[in-house]
Amino acid sequence: MRPVFVNIGERTNVTGSAKFKKLVVEGDYPAALSVARQQVEAGAQVIDVNMDEGLLDSKQAMITFLNLMAAEPDIARAPVMIDSSKWEVIEAGLKCVQGKAIVNSISMKEGEAKFIEQAKLCLRYGAAVVVMAFDEVGQADTAARKIEICEKAYRILVDKVGFPPEDIIFDPNIFAVATGIEEHDNYAVDFIEATREIKKRCPYARVSGGVSNVSFSFRGNEPVRRAIHSVFLYHAIEAGMDMGIVNAGDLPVYDTLDAELREAVEDVILNRPQRTNVSNTERLVDMAPRYKGDKSQVQTANLEWRKGSVNERITHALVNGITDYIDQDTEEARLSVERPLHVIEGHLMDGMNVVGDLFGSGKMFLPQVVKSARVMKQAVAWLEPFMEAEKAGKPREQAGRILMATVKGDVHDIGKNIVGVVLQCNNYEVIDLGVMVPADRILEEARKHNVDMIGLSGLITPSLDEMVFVASEMERQGFTMPLLIGGATTSRTHTAVKIEPAYHKGSTTYVLDASRAVGVVSGLLSASERDRLQAETRAEYVRIREQYARGQTAKARTKIADARKRKFDIDWNGYAPPKPSFIGARAFEPSLEELVPFIDWSPFFASWELIGRFPQILEDDVVGEAATDLYRDAREMLDKVVAEKWFGAKGVVGFWPAQADGDDIVLYTDESRSTELARLFTLRQQMDKSEGKANLALADFVAPIGQGGDYMGGFAVTAGHGEDEIVKRFKEAGDDYSAIMASALADRLAEAFAEWLHYKARVELWGYAKDEREDIDIMIAEKYRGIRPAPGYPAQPDHTEKGTLFKLLDAEAATGMILTESYAMSPGAAVSGFYFSHPQSHYFGVGKVDLDQVEDYARRKGWDLAKAEKWLSPILNYDPGARARGEAA
Amino acid sequence: MTDLTTRAGRIAALKAAAKERILILDGSWGVMFQKRKLAEADYRAERFADYDGQMKGNNDILCLTRPDIVADLHHQYYAAGADISETNTFSGTTIAQADYRLGSDVVRDINFEGARIARSVADEWLAKEPEKPRFVAGSIGPLNVMLSMSSDVNDPGARKVTFDQVYQAYREQAAALHDGGVDLFLIETITDTLNCKAAIKAIMDLVDEGYEELPIWISGTITDRSGRTLSGQTAEAFWNSIKHCKPFAVGFNCALGADLMRPHIAEMARIADTLVAAYPNAGLPNAMGEYDEEPHQTGHQLHEWAKDGIVNILGGCCGTTPDHIKHVADEVRGVKPRAIPERPKAMRLAGLEPFELA
Repeated sequence: MRPVFVNIGERTNVTGSAKFKKLVVEGDYPAALSVARQQVEAGAQVIDVNMDEGLLDSKQAMITFLNLMAAEPDIARAPVMIDSSKWEVIEAGLKCVQGKAIVNSISMKEGEAKFIEQAKLCLRYGAAVVVMAFDEVGQADTAARKIEICEKAYRILVDKVGFPPEDIIFDPNIFAVATGIEEHDNYAVDFIEATREIKKRCPYARVSGGVSNVSFSFRGNEPVRRAIHSVFLYHAIEAGMDMGIVNAGDLPVYDTLDAELREAVEDVILNRPQRTNVSNTERLVDMAPRYKGDKSQVQTANLEWRKGSVNERITHALVNGITDYIDQDTEEARLSVERPLHVIEGHLMDGMNVVGDLFGSGKMFLPQVVKSARVMKQAVAWLEPFMEAEKAGKPREQAGRILMATVKGDVHDIGKNIVGVVLQCNNYEVIDLGVMVPADRILEEARKHNVDMIGLSGLITPSLDEMVFVASEMERQGFTMPLLIGGATTSRTHTAVKIEPAYHKGSTTYVLDASRAVGVVSGLLSASERDRLQAETRAEYVRIREQYARGQTAKARTKIADARKRKFDIDWNGYAPPKPSFIGARAFEPSLEELVPFIDWSPFFASWELIGRFPQILEDDVVGEAATDLYRDAREMLDKVVAEKWFGAKGVVGFWPAQADGDDIVLYTDESRSTELARLFTLRQQMDKSEGKANLALADFVAPIGQGGDYMGGFAVTAGHGEDEIVKRFKEAGDDYSAIMASALADRLAEAFAEWLHYKARVELWGYAKDEREDIDIMIAEKYRGIRPAPGYPAQPDHTEKGTLFKLLDAEAATGMILTESYAMSPGAAVSGFYFSHPQSHYFGVGKVDLDQVEDYARRKGWDLAKAEKWLSPILNYDPGARARGEAA
Repeated sequence: MTDLTTRAGRIAALKAAAKERILILDGSWGVMFQKRKLAEADYRAERFADYDGQMKGNNDILCLTRPDIVADLHHQYYAAGADISETNTFSGTTIAQADYRLGSDVVRDINFEGARIARSVADEWLAKEPEKPRFVAGSIGPLNVMLSMSSDVNDPGARKVTFDQVYQAYREQAAALHDGGVDLFLIETITDTLNCKAAIKAIMDLVDEGYEELPIWISGTITDRSGRTLSGQTAEAFWNSIKHCKPFAVGFNCALGADLMRPHIAEMARIADTLVAAYPNAGLPNAMGEYDEEPHQTGHQLHEWAKDGIVNILGGCCGTTPDHIKHVADEVRGVKPRAIPERPKAMRLAGLEPFELA
């Protein structure tokens, strides 16, 4: 069996590649990186990086290049060989590689002490090491010297330094042969013989060498040099050479060499007796010109992909993120098809589908996909003038009209924008409603523009429910057009289990990423394919639902009657409920300036897809700079918002005598507690709880009738008045960044307002925590007494309770806020909720509820069951459709 | 009988115990501090009363300001059955503490006191239960700055810190932990292997100053289903990159719950010729950012690992509590630890992926 030989690429070696040297000296690092990439593609298993060049600050060049390489996953997957004759360059390189590298090289050139010191450092940095056969006398030339020095070094490393023998590589010096100097004739043989002996005497150690040296005297005649390399390696590998610095892409196969040339080369390498009256060297020198320029055997493997069809080349460029040839390939593709658009639909989409599949199956990573997008963008940019020209001649016929929106409560639209760009590239008309679009507006616009389908996007979790809501609204309003779902928190399972069942009249399809969007859209719009596709998707989603249901069967619910027996038992004896300073509602209009200190910034960053806690996020290694820039811009805008009063903040708070009545809370008109003002309905947890844990409902936090006079509060605040105008102004100026920023700030100010008001309620208006310090972190961590749960959130998932709250507060009149039909507050930058004051009151999630409670809840609210199931749909522990079908049967 | 009052004795006992049984590490600290609902004043105490800014959230400072709570947590975890408890020094570097504008002197105190508190609690348990010595691992956590990842999306070569700065920060931490009496070092939640390598070098270099050599435990973090570290390495590439420190144990912690972590631990069990350690999170966080996995669930899953012979040390990360640790300890009691495989000697290098010259 022939041993494995490791190719170490030499193209990123300034001493071995004039091209690379030129690029680095000129500071063209992107092109220099391309060289590294080509090497890996050509099969180099280790990349040799050498920056030893007089014109360069070698140390800095090493650092710069290794740091850049680390950012390219397709290059960085291979280990690095840090190659320099200067130790300081090597050490600088070792400080830049996270993997296990090879140091090339150290030696006993400057004595044993220095050698030991450097070896020890290599060990502590965690690197394998190449040891040159070099000592204080000089470089070893004969086999005997090579063997002697290497064996000595081996004993020092293994015995004195404790270096793992398997991490030692010897470089016994490859010198040029066929130089015309007789003493040089045996150099190749010396290396080969030394290799054989070193491998014998130094167990587990490896042998390497710089192969191109051997053919130095034939520089300028690459075919002959390559033949020499091939023959030399053939024999050296057989003797035990394990690795070499060699241009892997350029190496011809020994067996395929021209027989005459091979024989002549072999005579030189093995220093055989001469066959004719001229020396081996002279014979090869005479023969060499005949082979010069003969490239027939030379394969540049790194550009092998350039030989493929234009389709294959474009796919390769997209998958590998290579922009070098994309313009010319795109142009070639364009000339081959009727219309420029066909390149996007055909070549580019094919490639992006491959990217999508690779990414989906975990074979590509996000940074690579981002680079694919860059290639895509460049290709589309190339085509754009042609498409424009085409349009000028005749109006472009649109393939279809798609409405896109990021759903209410979500300000994320990068993904949606990408999908929009891709669809537009494919001749679809895209009507983009932007971000935070409420369901009613989506549907209204969809009708107005007579669109062919609707695409919903969202990134934060609440958007999932909102999408279900949009789907159920489409159902309710009689839509039949296809619905597409996409965005980071969405999933095929969620779409199948939650969204699709809410929309029977049309089809719902989950779109994994932008690269799939066109396939899905064109299929759904195609008269011939639509029915088949929709049927396939439906069948698939039924299967997913069944799978999901099987996974869910274990989640047994407690009967509501039993859950009530396990209510959260507050000991009301001896508890004196605190009395608010007034009964009824009161409006507040703080200045924005007062609210600023109450801003919790972490969600602000999340809204920009920068995840992390503020202020630490500003120092985050990955997103820190982006976060810092964003924060600076935000503070700048916030100053303007405050100074120029961009937004109006209006709020209202109210307190009422209250008592729990089962799972309801009764609010009274006055202290006599005889006239019922309103009744709040709460939902109780039905999950199986372990012994001693309660099944909670918000009503548990209020004293029951007959247990002492308790109170409850409620509030509604907004900081969104004027937001729409500001956002519109920015959008019209083409400044989406500022538009989104303004919205995000309005959101934050509304949250800050809620925090400010709750604080004011605790220390003053309700006044049960007069000593509480004003500390934003205590508030963010919710470490104060009392809670302010909002209808529609986990503790009371029924949004309609907001209606009661607004009525109690007369919030519309007091704040100018209205509730949409989906009980979303408008302006969107708004917060509302109820106040509970008991020290043991806390946040919880109701979780899934069962039919018995839903029936009971419907009865209490005066609803029919279907209405209750609609509003509680995100938390039903059963499939209401199945129940309804069962009853009908 | 080894003398457990000396560090050498304890290290010998630790190595011996690892041969006999699966060792138990403690669980999460963050969650336990959260449960205390500490106020800014707790974080400041007298020493930082005049501190200009917010100290709350800096859990490591509690080593100096609420040592009673820190000691109590060590007690709780040892009582739950942990053999090893970690010092409360996860962010105890000058780089991490720069967030709070705390300098070398305070950082040294955090580590020294953190180690001392753990040491004295461990010693109390040793006195109480001499048949089951308790060990102290000096926690060395990740930094918010990375050496392998760009700090600027527009400049892939940009870095916020240098290797030398990271090295220096870890060196100060390691020396203070050593002075304070830890039995071993635990470099954990490693997101960037190059940062880890700086820590390794810092620890190895301490020996030159006359510090007694202590075992090193390396615990990386596989961040998601890609099966890679944040800096992009596969499990095997990670192992190849750090094995030069001859770790006492290697494994993974954080980011994943037991179910998702298992394949990576199984991989490590196959390739690492040293102890394999795992301390997953209590599942994945729910939509509210809380961990729902109950102690018996964690216990059950980790028992499966133990039974299948893929681990030597088990514990818990985010979301786990003394109750979780108790369940794990109870479940794996009596289960044989993983046998350390012998691997053929070979040069094993790594970029983001492993490379083996067989």
